[in-house]
Amino acid sequence: MSRYTSATPADRAEMLATIGVDSVADLFEQVPEPLRLNRPLALEQGLGEAEVYERLAALAERNSDAEEQVCFLGAGMYDHYVPAIVDAITQRSEFLTPYTPYQPEISQGGLQAMFEFQTMMSELTALPVSTAGLYEGPSSVASAGYLAIGATGRRRFVVSRGLHPHSRETLTTYSQGYDAEIAEVGLEDGATDATALAAAVDDDTAAVFLQSPNFLGAVEDVEALGAAAKEHGALLIVAVDAMTLGVLRPPGECGADVALGEGQPLGNRLDFGGPSFGFFCGTEELMRKMPGRIAGETDDVDGRRGFVLALQTREQHIRREKATHNICTAQALNALAATVHLAWLGREGFRELGELLVRRTAYARERLAALDGIEPLHGAPVVREFAVRLDAPVDRVLERCAERGIAAGYPLGRDYSEYEDGLLIAITERRSREQVDALAEALGAAVAAECGDFPIHNSGKSPQTKPQPPQTQEIG
Amino acid sequence: MALSETPMQRERARTIFEKSKAGRRAAVLPEAGVPEPPLEELIPAKLLRDEPPRLPEIAEPEIVRHYNRLSRRNFDLDSGFYPLGSCTMKHNPRLNERVAALPGHARLHPAQDPRRAQGALELMWLLQESLAEICGLPHVSLQPSAGSHGELAGLLLTRAFHADRGEERTKVLAPDTAHGTNPASVTMAGYEAVKVATNERGGVEMDDLRAKVSGEVACLMLTNPNTLGLFDENIAEIAALIHEVGGTLYYDGANLNAVMGKSRPGDMGFDIVHVNLHKSFSQPHGGGGPGAGPIAVSERIEPFLPRPQVVRPTGENGGGPFYDLDHDRPKSIGRLRGFQGNFGVFVRSYAYILSLGADGLAEASETAVLNANYLKARLAQGRSGKHLPVAFDRHCMHEFVLSGKPMKRELGVATLDLAKRLLDFGFHPPTVYFPLLVEEALMVEPTETETKESLDAFADAIEEILAEAEDDPGIAKQAPYTTPVRRLDEVKATRRPVVRQPLD
Repeated sequence: MSRYTSATPADRAEMLATIGVDSVADLFEQVPEPLRLNRPLALEQGLGEAEVYERLAALAERNSDAEEQVCFLGAGMYDHYVPAIVDAITQRSEFLTPYTPYQPEISQGGLQAMFEFQTMMSELTALPVSTAGLYEGPSSVASAGYLAIGATGRRRFVVSRGLHPHSRETLTTYSQGYDAEIAEVGLEDGATDATALAAAVDDDTAAVFLQSPNFLGAVEDVEALGAAAKEHGALLIVAVDAMTLGVLRPPGECGADVALGEGQPLGNRLDFGGPSFGFFCGTEELMRKMPGRIAGETDDVDGRRGFVLALQTREQHIRREKATHNICTAQALNALAATVHLAWLGREGFRELGELLVRRTAYARERLAALDGIEPLHGAPVVREFAVRLDAPVDRVLERCAERGIAAGYPLGRDYSEYEDGLLIAITERRSREQVDALAEALGAAVAAECGDFPIHNSGKSPQTKPQPPQTQEIG
Repeated sequence: MALSETPMQRERARTIFEKSKAGRRAAVLPEAGVPEPPLEELIPAKLLRDEPPRLPEIAEPEIVRHYNRLSRRNFDLDSGFYPLGSCTMKHNPRLNERVAALPGHARLHPAQDPRRAQGALELMWLLQESLAEICGLPHVSLQPSAGSHGELAGLLLTRAFHADRGEERTKVLAPDTAHGTNPASVTMAGYEAVKVATNERGGVEMDDLRAKVSGEVACLMLTNPNTLGLFDENIAEIAALIHEVGGTLYYDGANLNAVMGKSRPGDMGFDIVHVNLHKSFSQPHGGGGPGAGPIAVSERIEPFLPRPQVVRPTGENGGGPFYDLDHDRPKSIGRLRGFQGNFGVFVRSYAYILSLGADGLAEASETAVLNANYLKARLAQGRSGKHLPVAFDRHCMHEFVLSGKPMKRELGVATLDLAKRLLDFGFHPPTVYFPLLVEEALMVEPTETETKESLDAFADAIEEILAEAEDDPGIAKQAPYTTPVRRLDEVKATRRPVVRQPLD
């Protein structure tokens, strides 16, 4: 009897007798002999609970997490505070352990929570229809591509280079299957190049993809950029950071047909990248083409209000090869976490949090820009993340900061060859002014130390306010 | 049936928005602690929002009560038997929740430098190795987020594999018993879905398969044991047929719970396998996710695996092993999602594999098969044997399919009615109306973590419902009676969908 099974030898004997066989091995006779694994798996034998805990704790110990380091990493996932009630509610068996609500009479809790989630996301994005959620951000972008092909009959995408690199790559991966062509539009001072975008969109374009704030943290003028999509009958698909929507004009007011994004900042922990969820909102016209579950309100036979999975005829279990998407299991529990977090923040708290992010980020950006060897990568407006250029090798600077207990940011050179000297810095409500000051001090010292040893280029700032590194001064 | 409202039914559904009152709040945010200029000085006014979104305004105690009340309107695995076929509703160990919540896992940023995430990368590598051994295939990518995502990955791998050899193929075969995700994934991957018939023993109809196999076939997708809970005895011949024409063989791992440590997809000839960590490897289903759908592949598919891949480079001079993320994979199909996958799910599933070990995994599958066959034998007796015959009368693996056709004909009670009446008896019904080729299907998967007593109680309840239906079929046809709401108008929800709360 293993840990999670209950059949005693007596049970087994009785059960085998009822079945009418002598042994469990008889039941496996339908597996042809050459295909039976007649040896134990080459894995360890099972361990007791305390031993498993120790193993996993020892692995966890070897990671530098946001409890140990001061975390300025973002790039789509952020170290927000997750309120205690999120854990308490999502860990309840009634939410943690059911399957997808195929029997609505006994799934009203989960279905109503989906309905509330949809309402919240619809409010955030100012679009009338929200799905109950997809896997996560970048694959939601790719799913929007599939929707755009179905909705327009066209197979060409115009994509801003400010769209998250993982989203662009995922869209490219999916496009190998649904056969779409992708044209990329570059950035100009951190924001999407409007002229190039207008030139790239044509009558064969199924969709224009923007992100705001974009990967460099810049708030895009979605409405102005989106005009090109409208003109050519292409869908305007906008990836947004939901946490900025307490202050930023929502995509639905800027002409977006679809607004989607990574849901992690709402109530979900970092978890080294998942599980989180993707939100996906759109116009009424697109409702019957949307991917994944959607909860809807209805009545029972006695007239009581209730909730069901609506529009199931879009879905794979009904429509099979004609389904609008293949998604089945998604991220219901993660969407519940977002729902509880948003209820906890509430209307005022959500706006206040957005404003807090804007002001702390502005402070941090200004503080860092004043340092020698550091300058803003762009001048576009930002909410919670901004990019700088360093006058020193980014990896070495990051290593020096890490030695002082600070994860200083995301090296842009990982994804943008044109920004090898770029660093992306994220702010949350957990990053206090003191921590920002500590970052400035560590970063300033690290850049000074590294650019002293390895001057890589002229910072371009005037020598009066920005003395050059020592060697340069000597030469000059 | 005399109807009196239960207390839960009297408590009509009210959303959190309907409990909102202006001026209430829960969150207390930190002071900014920095200069606070007007927002318009930092961001142009035209990019700012006029009014904040109308989120509910409500204090913490009432938020907690609201969601606790909602939770009581859910049936869940911890409350009772949940024999939902193809879904593997096995116990979710709480140890796994505890280790996943350790800050070293839960607060680890996904963009952390690999040198400072060695524990996480090692865990992923160990899970990859474990799944490779269980599947009998040498390489694993953990990236796909669920089974359907794994399927799409497998089909894109298939496309890349053929393209690399200068071939473009158009068709993907799958049996008529396949999960709906299979044909849906085929279409998303740009292939034509072609159905293969099922023979009288519940396996692939070999003549139909032979007729449809050609150089145009990119892949055959198969679940084995299939959705009838039957192991396809011809699998070796099927694999040979597909490989002869140069196609790939894809294993839908939804039913892996039947064969862990007993038989391996790789040994059966499959090239690509997805594993539902939220089925066989105990990740809680969460009311519809999260899950994870890692894929295991053969050598010839490996070059095309998604980026990045967790690796343990060899040949380092001295020191312990170093784990890294390999982005430099020129033939890769690319990313399927952001970052590294659903890591929190990996932690839980790895803890589960450590807990069970080689012996425990094999025993889990043995007990799953024993429980299914026992319940099938119990249901072959009495009224259920008469009204609800098993669709294919042979030993099953971890699940089996009954047909409610005689019940419907003889008693006027449809499978849906039986399912709804089971709710009043405190059971989650089996999967209904799937697979499609069985009329009035009921697909029953008890899993290994259920006791004999639970299986007996379920069989007794079915017997009682059928006895009641012989007497008065109206009872089942109007069921359920005791649930928070009774049968819901799903047609209305689709014809005139209300998918959000109006707030005006």
